[in-house]
Amino acid sequence: MPQKKEVIHTKIWQEEAESDNPFATKRCLCSGYDVYGDLLGKISWIEYLYLIYCLEPPSQKQSKLLEGIAVILANPGPRDHSVRAAMLGGVGGSHSAASLMAALSVGAGQLGGAREVFLAMEYWQQCNCSLQAWQEIILQPPKQTRVDVWPEMEHTPGFDPHGASCPTPIKQSLEYLASSTPGETLPWLQKHRKELENCAEMPLALTGVIASAFTDLKLTPEQGEMIYLLLRLPGAGAHALEQRQHGWRKYPFFKDAIVLTDDPGPVNVDKS
Amino acid sequence: MSSTEKLLAAENNWQTSMGRWFAGERVVIRGKDLFTELKDMRWMELMLFSITGRHFSENELKLLEGMWVLCTSYPDPRLWNNRVASLAGTVRSTPTLALSGANSLSEAEIYGRKPDVRTYDFLVRCQETLKSTDACLEDIIRQELKTHRVIPGYGRPIISKDERIKPMTELSIKLGVFDKPYIKLAHTIENALSEGRWRMKMNIAAFTAALALDLGLSRNEYLRYAALSFSSGLLSCYIDANDQALGTFLPIRCSKISYEGKNVRNW
Repeated sequence: MPQKKEVIHTKIWQEEAESDNPFATKRCLCSGYDVYGDLLGKISWIEYLYLIYCLEPPSQKQSKLLEGIAVILANPGPRDHSVRAAMLGGVGGSHSAASLMAALSVGAGQLGGAREVFLAMEYWQQCNCSLQAWQEIILQPPKQTRVDVWPEMEHTPGFDPHGASCPTPIKQSLEYLASSTPGETLPWLQKHRKELENCAEMPLALTGVIASAFTDLKLTPEQGEMIYLLLRLPGAGAHALEQRQHGWRKYPFFKDAIVLTDDPGPVNVDKS
Repeated sequence: MSSTEKLLAAENNWQTSMGRWFAGERVVIRGKDLFTELKDMRWMELMLFSITGRHFSENELKLLEGMWVLCTSYPDPRLWNNRVASLAGTVRSTPTLALSGANSLSEAEIYGRKPDVRTYDFLVRCQETLKSTDACLEDIIRQELKTHRVIPGYGRPIISKDERIKPMTELSIKLGVFDKPYIKLAHTIENALSEGRWRMKMNIAAFTAALALDLGLSRNEYLRYAALSFSSGLLSCYIDANDQALGTFLPIRCSKISYEGKNVRNW
């Protein structure tokens, strides 16, 4: 019986082979555009990113919004959980890939991470710009409909459970993105931020702003989660390289920070 | 507003009963001294102690290790997470990067950890419903299919027969755990599915989840125990590709990309 031909199905990418090698590419097309023969030199990185994910060129406003998001996310700073993970790779002399994989593993999480963005985007899909719907979902958060490897959320996605008030960079980011968006969720979030914060009893987090911005770009939660993961990697990589130069001696080891609550003390092996 | 109290309290202060290293002296794991009280443990035993804080009998350890040996150590690079390790091998990446990338795939929808925890949850719900209501198994199966369209732990992609059931059955009988309540329930469900119009057979996820339940593992303990379970097969695949000619692991020619998108256009 002839075997069914196995191929990679894609709407993103097309390749034509060189005549002398079926495994070498002569022409690559991304959603119909010749990447090296046409796009290169004309398209910005942000426009290309949008094209790869959305398969159409972005409008000027969409491009500007995504550019703003990329700048906001590019470096979460060395105190961020995911960047700390990357730097731990740096100080110990691990591979570059290990630092970025560590940053992704941690930055995937539900506190400040990509999973939180995913869940916040689901909230946006459900509530849109209805204050009443938002207040209801914050007060009665949906439970997982199916058991998953992810733990249940312990706080409202998009808000900071350890915050005292909304920090300045988050307000600045929201203000800028709301002024450049083609959508309506960011301006609505800016207008109703305090009411939402009062309801959630915690301040807005950057994940909430970004989830709103991704919603304005009409991305799906899955796309938002993925793009959030990759846009935060530049800072993680740079900080890892910097700490690799400094080495472990100059990086916090938390020498006296680990406090055992059930220390048996030194155990004597020789009982004779 | 929430506050920063928890962060301020935890600053340079991590209170834990999980353990720590006393440099140059000793190591404590869950209140036990590694070099004296735990020094004779097998690795699987130590891992399970770290996960649960409990000790397991020799037969229980044989069972839990047997699950890894028989169910999750295939050296076949067609399997999706294994193939990541093979790709890492063929491009001469490192073993740890190969294992890390490939292991991270194992919390998948169609295999690995998600079916594991969903099957565990389904068996628990079945048992509770059968105990506390008048519902019969057929009702529970119908409801599960209506809600999720699948019965976790039953049916299988690619081929319906699961070749792991037989060796795991033999091991379970040998270790005296084949007549425990959840294993019995898993088989009762299989009978109901094969007698009904569904024609689904048990797959290994139902078998191992039932064993875990009978051993008293919580759902999270079961998830954490299984986290590294594919590692042996992943290493096999990495080594195989690493030892063969550079870049030759199942190459894909350009014409094997089936493009289904927009026609050629200019920017």
